[in-house]
This record gives sequence, structure tokens and C-alpha cells, in this order.
Amino acid sequence: MAVSSNVLVRRRSPVAVWLAENGALVALVVLVVGLSLLSSDFLSVTNLLNVGVQAAVTAILAFGSTFVIVTGGIDLSVGSVAALSAIVLAWGATPAGWPWPVATVAGLAVGVACGLVNAVLIAYGKLPPFIATLAMLGVARGLALVISQGSPIELPAQVAHLGDTIGRYLPVPVIVMVVMGVVAAVILNRTYAGRAMYAIGGNEEAARLSGIKVDRQKLITYALSGGFAAVAGIVLASRLASAQPQAATGYELDAIAAVVIGGASLSGGKGRALGTFVGALILAVLRNGLNLLSVSAFWQQVVIGVVIALAVLVDTLRRRETS
Amino acid sequence: MTGDILRAEGLRKQFPGVLALDGVDLSLRAGEVHVLLGENGAGKSTLIKILSGAYHPDGGRVLMDGRPVRIRSAGDARALGIATIYQEFNLVPQLTVAENLALGRPPRRFGLVDRARMERDAADLLARVDVRVDPRTPVGRLGIARMQMVEIAKALALEARVLIMDEPTAVLTTGEVEKLFAIVRQLRDEGVAIVFITHHLEEIPQIGDRVTVLRDGRSVAEVPASTPHDELVRLMVGRPIDQQYPRRPARPGEPLLKVRGLTRRGVFADVSFEVRAGEVVGVAGLVGAGRTEVARALFGADHYDAGEVTVNGRRLPPGDVHAAMEAGLGLVPEDRKGQGLVLGAAVAENLGLVTLRDATRAGFVDRRGQRTAAAKVADQLGIRMAGLDQEVRTLSGGNQQKVVIGKWLVAGARVLILDEPTRGVDVGARVEIYQLVNELTAAGDAVLMISSDLPEVLGMSDRILVMARGRLVGELPAARATQDDVMAMAVAEVEGGRVQ
Repeated sequence: MAVSSNVLVRRRSPVAVWLAENGALVALVVLVVGLSLLSSDFLSVTNLLNVGVQAAVTAILAFGSTFVIVTGGIDLSVGSVAALSAIVLAWGATPAGWPWPVATVAGLAVGVACGLVNAVLIAYGKLPPFIATLAMLGVARGLALVISQGSPIELPAQVAHLGDTIGRYLPVPVIVMVVMGVVAAVILNRTYAGRAMYAIGGNEEAARLSGIKVDRQKLITYALSGGFAAVAGIVLASRLASAQPQAATGYELDAIAAVVIGGASLSGGKGRALGTFVGALILAVLRNGLNLLSVSAFWQQVVIGVVIALAVLVDTLRRRETS
Repeated sequence: MTGDILRAEGLRKQFPGVLALDGVDLSLRAGEVHVLLGENGAGKSTLIKILSGAYHPDGGRVLMDGRPVRIRSAGDARALGIATIYQEFNLVPQLTVAENLALGRPPRRFGLVDRARMERDAADLLARVDVRVDPRTPVGRLGIARMQMVEIAKALALEARVLIMDEPTAVLTTGEVEKLFAIVRQLRDEGVAIVFITHHLEEIPQIGDRVTVLRDGRSVAEVPASTPHDELVRLMVGRPIDQQYPRRPARPGEPLLKVRGLTRRGVFADVSFEVRAGEVVGVAGLVGAGRTEVARALFGADHYDAGEVTVNGRRLPPGDVHAAMEAGLGLVPEDRKGQGLVLGAAVAENLGLVTLRDATRAGFVDRRGQRTAAAKVADQLGIRMAGLDQEVRTLSGGNQQKVVIGKWLVAGARVLILDEPTRGVDVGARVEIYQLVNELTAAGDAVLMISSDLPEVLGMSDRILVMARGRLVGELPAARATQDDVMAMAVAEVEGGRVQ
């Protein structure tokens, strides 16, 4: 039997393959070039740093969501968990009077704990991820309001430095975003947990029959998502120098959009940290650009909705072509 | 011939890699029960799926009342008066009996559903199949037998002229079978043509009028239902066995896999056997005999109620895949795409799936080492691919199967359970898989091979275990056994009926 009949690979030029694989990156470049032609302010250093800071919180949330989406799940609670973590940190440091490192650890631990609760409901309670994390979306937001009694709480000064800019050109949120992005990439590519995420998302039953303890890996996955959400919440609060119970409302949808624009599939098994990073940048650049072009906030929502639909549509069409 | 209500002539159907039907004829008269007989994979399912509009034939034609018809969808089949009752019923469990019977075309009054009339109609239909059940009962609360009767009533509601029943007795107890037969005879006397699929030879003279035997995608005979069993078995399996089974028996050593009294209530009972180092033990039986269920249970993929499994001298905790793996057990599942592979991932990823944990140090996977191991096994198995990064989805069936087997070779499994290892695999790759089995047993590993392909079981096993209705009903030495021996055991009634 001829080899060619067994190997059904479409021969395409490497350039075409690269473009198809990195569609989001291409879109980002086109967007940047287009906006720099349309608006003279866009390419200024100040504005680009602004875009970076804008992208940071979404990107950090989205890195966490990437883990979950790669396993074929979804985490709707990340916005609420981000707010709750920041509130716990601020409340611990100011009214409760804990030393700021203890308060910070407490804030991060709350995020991880929320993720673990999600995972227990999903892995052992057999709730659909959508429902379990929808419940957590409400619970975490509610707890944030209860603890803060509905008012912003001042952040300890040491933590608020996370919102600073080092020198003139190095905003700390951007550094945190890059570090978290690298951590996410390493987890996804190099660790057992990460490789297991791809296997579970690709075919949960095959993963189980290959000896992967699927339930335990889900615990790790959602805990990571909660932990990343906590970091995002703290970065967001540091920019405002206070933790606000209503902060990051609706951010979970931006995070999911960033992951999906970055080429991940909601059915699982596919997604990269770099893609998610590009997805978050596209959203931030788009918002910034539309502001510079004085497009009304109402129309911005329309444009961003269309972009999300287009991104997924292009990806779906591409996949249909290859299968 | 006149009098045929439905005729199929020279039906052909090609699937990727498999010629499922290769010239099938069927003539069906009004008022007869026509039994369709054949081994697993002979083409029965494909044939009924063509008649019910689920598949389109690549060649041949179907005639109704002497006129050629095209059945392109389930709707077309319904319009022609062809109703099919599959083993998995087409009922909505949450809806009531009456709603199911009127599904898609409920009686209406002033644009609203006329529930009173719907329930009256349902009661009439239920009376015709002699089922006493309140039409307002949700279908999900009925037992299997009564659900089946609701399916039959549904066919009556559509005024079906042809009723196709796919193994309707497989799920029924002896008393329920009697009742089903009474209804089938009644429908036959009303002039309905019935296609009846069964694996139980003893049912054929009881219910059938004529029998069409399928073998390897061809209709090989049309005989009266009174034909003796021996003759039917011979027609079913009587193909020339080509020497494509290069089994080289190895000297059996210590028992590597010991199974004692394995029982899962309602599925299988008291299954005990051993597989020695160097041995290939085949497991034959009909679909639904419980072979796959036993394999999954002893591997830890499903739970069991009683019994014990020992691998390499180590007693396995039930329901723990990880422990089974650690002890050296590997499972190549029958559903390759659904359970064996991560289709969207690369060959290297799939080959490294089982060893992912072992290749991890302090949380980090040694991906280079994994890749080297994958490359070695891919080479050993002769997996034809563009490279280790090729998506498994795009490989041929045979090469996909080699990847599933390969991940256990990478892991160094000593006892391999192969469930239908060559289903959907082309002839060339088949022989390569057999050769691999020879290499494994020569090296002192053990293989438990479940297969519905009788020549394969006979050709590649050292011993053959036969299962029927959840029990191990016999053991045959492969060297002296014939297909007829195995088949006779597999279709034999187990004393006391089914496992409860």
C-alpha cells in the first residue's frame, strides 16, 4: 500500500500555514498599522503604555481562563473572584490590621479557594462548569459586598505600588502581565498539569483510560484560574489604590473573548498562552483606538461584539477546511 | 417477482477503508416475517440504515411495489411506510406515552394541541399492541419491554407497511419475548412486512417465515425459516479462512493476569480466567455478551460488585485505572476515536499519554525524552505519518490503532487487552498488528484479545474463551476449534436465562 494514501496531509506553503496558525497576531498587526495611520496619537509611547496597562488585568484573567478552556471547561466567576480577593486583601490590611504580606497571601488564597470550590462542584458534584462558576460569580461578588459593606477599602501602600510606573516607561501592571503570561506558558507547555489539561480537553475518556486522574487535574486547573483571578484583582485595585467591591464586573466575558480570539476552542484541547496574550492586546488596542477616533462608547460595544464573532468564525471556517 | 412489497437489488455501500455492503439483495413480501441473519459486521446494520434513510447506497436500488424509490431521509422512509425500531429506542423519556406517540404531528384544535384527543388516540394504539399503561405516564418510567411496545405502537400510528426490528429480543426476558412474538404475528397477519434481526437461532423457526443470510457485506442465501441450525451457522460463517493470521505460539509461562469471580450485577457474572506470559487468549461472543464490560471492569475503568483481579502477582484495587497501569496492564479500547485517542493532538502527544506521569520530575515533563521514546515506538510499529507532530485525526484507521497500542508499548505494559483491535483497519495494517502481537508474546508479555471477527480469534489466539449473556460459557483450544464450534457456544442459551 502506498504511503501517500495513508498520510492525508494537505501540502501548503509554510507561509500560509504560519498565517493560518497565527491569525490573531496578523489581525493585531493589521490593527496597529491601521490605527497608526488613522490617528497620529496612537503610536506615541504614552499611549502604547496606556494600552499595556489597559490590557494587563484582562490578560491576567484570560491566562487563568486559558487553563480552564483548554480542559473544555469555562470559568464565569473570574471577575467576581478578582474583586473578592482584592477586598479580602484590603480588609485584612486596613480594618483588621494584618501585616500587608499576610493580607496579600490571604487575598491570593481566597482566589485559589474559590477555584477549588468550583472544581469540587464540577469534578465531584458533576455540575456543568457553566453552572458551578455561574453560582460562584454570584457568591464571590456577594461576599465582596458583604465584607466591604459596599464601599471601597484603601489598599496598603506597599501593595498599591503595583500600580506604579518604574522610571518613565515601565508600568508595573505590564511587568506582572508578562510574568504571569510566561508562568502560564510554562505551565501549559512544560508541566504535567498543563499537558494533562490538553489531554482532558481533547478527549476526557481517553485521558482517563490512559491513567490521568481527571478529577484531581480539574482541581489544579480551576485553582490556577482562581489564583490568576486574584492576581488580576490585586493589580486592578493597585491602579485605583483601593479595592472596590464592584470592580471587574463583566471582566470574565472579556477574558473568555481574549482566549477565544487567541485561537483556543471552547470545546477544549486547544489554546496557547501567547494566543491569549494577543487576544487581550487586540481587545485593548481596539478599545483604545476607538476612543482615539472618538467613536462613541455605545458603538464600541458593537464593534467589539462583531470582532469576537468574526474571530471565531474565521477559526471555525479554517478548521472545517482542514477536516 | 410480483407480490414483493419491498425489494433491494445489489446494494453497495463503501465507507472509508471498509466495503460494508457489496451486493445485497432482499425481497420482502406483505404479511411475512423476514429474518436477517449474519455475524457482527456482516452488513445487517448498514442494510437497515439504508432502508430507513440514514445512509445512501453507493450502488444498487430499492423498489417499493415494483417502483424504484429514493430514500434520502428518515422522512422519506416514513412517507413510504417504512418504520424502524433500533436497539436504542427513539423515544423522549421525559414526555408522556401519548406525547411520544404523537411526536411531531400532535392533533390540534384551534391551533393548540388537543390533549384529550391525543390521549384517546394513544389509548387506541396501546390497545392494539395489548399494553395496559396510562397514556399520561412519562415514557422514562416504563420498563424496556413496554418502551419497545410503545415504539411498535408508534410504527402503527404511522401506518407502517414495513417494520424493521433490530434485535428486539436482545433486551427482553423469556416471558417478554413471547409477548413480543404474539404482537409481531398479529401485525404479520394484518399484512405488515417485518424485517426481524436476531442472533438467537432458536427464535428463527418460532417467528420467521424466510431468512436472508448476510456474510461479508453480501447476501449469500435466502432460505426458509425451517432450515436446520447447523446449516444456518454454516451459511453465516462459511467463508474460506485465508492464512492471514501468522500466529507463532510462544511457550506459556507464569500466569500474568488472573481474574476470579468477577461480577457486575445485571452485566456479567462470575467470570474467572487466567492469561499466562507468552499467551494470546481470545474472547469470542456476540455483541452484548459482556466482553467489553469485563475488560473495562478489570482494567479499572468501570466498577464491579465482586471478584478479584491480579496482575503480575499484584491484586488490583477496583475502579483504579492508575493502579492497573502501574501493575503493567494496558487497554486498547474498542472505540478507538472515542476512548483511545486525543484526535486533535499530535502523534507524539498521544504516544506519551500513558507515560506523562513517569516522565515528570518536580512537576515538569521531560518532553524531549517523551519525544525520543515516541519516535522509537513509532519506528518499531511502522506508523506511517508525516512526522511526530501530525494530528492523529488525519492518520488512517490502521495507523491510529498503532498509536493506541504504541502508547502502551512506550509504557512497557506486560498484559495488553485488545478490544476489537482490527476493526476498521485495512488488511496490510492488520497483519502488522498481528506481527506485533507475536513479538509481544515472544518477549513474554500476555495478550487478551476480544474480537467479533471469528477467523481472527481462531487464527491469532492460543485459547479461546466464549462469552454469552454475561457469562463465560466455554473455553476452546484455538488449534482444534472451528468457527461453528465457537458460534454454537456463543448463541447457546445460558441456563436460567440472562444475568439478573
